[in-house]
Amino acid sequence: MLSTPVPDPSSPAVTAEGLVRRFGDKTAVDGVDLRVERGEIYGFLGPNGAGKSTTVRMLTTLIAPSGGRATVAGHDVATEADEVRLRIGVALQEAALDDKQTGLEFLDLQGRLYGIPKAARRARIAELVELVDIGDAIGRRIGTYSGGMKRRLDLAAALVHDPEVLFLDEPTTGLDPASRSSVWAEVRRLNTEQSMTIFLTTQYLEEADALADRVGIIDRGRIVAEGRPEDLKRSIGSDVIVATIDGDPGLVEAALVGVAGVERVELRGEEVVISVADGAATVSPVAVALNGCAVAVRGLTLRTPTLDDVFLHLTGSHIREGEGE
Amino acid sequence: MSTAVRARHAGFVSDLHSVALRALRLTLREPEAVIPALIIPLFFFLVNTGALTSFVERTNPGFDFKAFQLPVAIAFAVTGVSRAGSLVTDIQSGYFDRLLLTPVRRLTLLLGLMVADFALVVALTLPVVALGFVVGVRFETGFVGFVVFVLVAATWGLAFTGFPYAIALKTGNPAAVNASFLLFFPFQFLTTTFLPQQLLTGWLATVARYNPVTYLLAGLRSLITVGWEWGELGKALAAIAAVGVVSMSLALAALRGRVRRG
Repeated sequence: MLSTPVPDPSSPAVTAEGLVRRFGDKTAVDGVDLRVERGEIYGFLGPNGAGKSTTVRMLTTLIAPSGGRATVAGHDVATEADEVRLRIGVALQEAALDDKQTGLEFLDLQGRLYGIPKAARRARIAELVELVDIGDAIGRRIGTYSGGMKRRLDLAAALVHDPEVLFLDEPTTGLDPASRSSVWAEVRRLNTEQSMTIFLTTQYLEEADALADRVGIIDRGRIVAEGRPEDLKRSIGSDVIVATIDGDPGLVEAALVGVAGVERVELRGEEVVISVADGAATVSPVAVALNGCAVAVRGLTLRTPTLDDVFLHLTGSHIREGEGE
Repeated sequence: MSTAVRARHAGFVSDLHSVALRALRLTLREPEAVIPALIIPLFFFLVNTGALTSFVERTNPGFDFKAFQLPVAIAFAVTGVSRAGSLVTDIQSGYFDRLLLTPVRRLTLLLGLMVADFALVVALTLPVVALGFVVGVRFETGFVGFVVFVLVAATWGLAFTGFPYAIALKTGNPAAVNASFLLFFPFQFLTTTFLPQQLLTGWLATVARYNPVTYLLAGLRSLITVGWEWGELGKALAAIAAVGVVSMSLALAALRGRVRRG
């Protein structure tokens, strides 16, 4: 009798090797390699349409890869999809709920489908209701819930069977700041208290920065950078000076050649992004250089680099400028 | 978090129960979807018998037109009643994907809905039969015949649901599912709806000969007006089986396509 091989408990939570997904002529995911260790929060960052959700749909067994290979919790997503499903929790981009069900009926159905016995199901649901702070509303129809409550219920459903790996696809898109903070706190708590591996896709830079142990940046179906957020940001310089100008950016670039401390100059429309080793020491020489060229400087900002600067450096565009996926 | 839980396959029967339970609950919460299915057969039964009973029975002494019309009304009640519209809503909202993310047996996602459909069509037949009783229709086969009548009608209803489910799963489009109602008309009207088969002439007689509803109606009528006519019942069940094989094959193929992940 064939049996499913038991994965090594020390194996990575998620791996992908040359993962490809094509839809007709369009290649949505084009050779993605991933390795997410157990207990890690991995942020998958990229603009809309970059391939984040398609990658998640492959890793969560909703669609099959067109090429390459991926494993989740030690099981192949293509050949052992059922084993993967038992070990993952997923909250997709849109909280797909049935407004005519009550919250309790919804969680109970999820628990039933994961084969959790009645007593354990009840106890687990009671814990989750408290965890996601839904309270007495759990007995009401979901159609009466606010957007934030629906997201929290969605998260509870993803946790009902205590998964090894939790996939959160843009979990805070469309949420107000308070609800967003609440989801962030919950993600951190799940990771620290339960050592749950969390694979998080987001288009919010601050979300990846705040939550992720490591970040993979994806653009046009390919991973263009990967690492700890601070390492990625440091890779483009210690500080960034952003000049907003009216005029020919080429003149600015020429004016900055030879200015001490300037490591890199990138032009983006009306913005000139200047990577420098020491912002405080370099901002004055930069201002003087800009003053001497024939363009009007409308603003000059000194700040530390963001992941958007990393993305800009790697792809030439800002993360939030992509089109809908 | 203290409760230890371990995910496992719940099993086919448990999955079927879970999916059907949700579908039944939602059926009860959508009276707007059920009420028309109840009113239409009652309306047609009252209009048809009210308008034609005197004329038909005067020209055909001994002919019980109300008993003749009751199976027609029942066919109206059970044909095309399904949760295919809700299935499309699930597909469009992502709820169907949510179910696919669980280890649920894929087949139960369709069969569970059909369990709820069967319960609904049984429920829909009862008021229609009750109206028949009120206007004087009686079963020659007695109470057992009445039970068989309801079950045969409900099985026909179930066999027909494969068509709207196939369209729902194939297209994920509510307009296409609504259009599947058009299938109902040739089945329902190109048959012995108003006249016995021997009185049909021309192309309608030819079409009715190949319409499975002709044999369904004949089988149901025999339970009311004749008695235990095993030949008629056998033909009715064979007609249901033929339609069921076609519609369920289409529905299962569409389900396979929907969950294939390709």
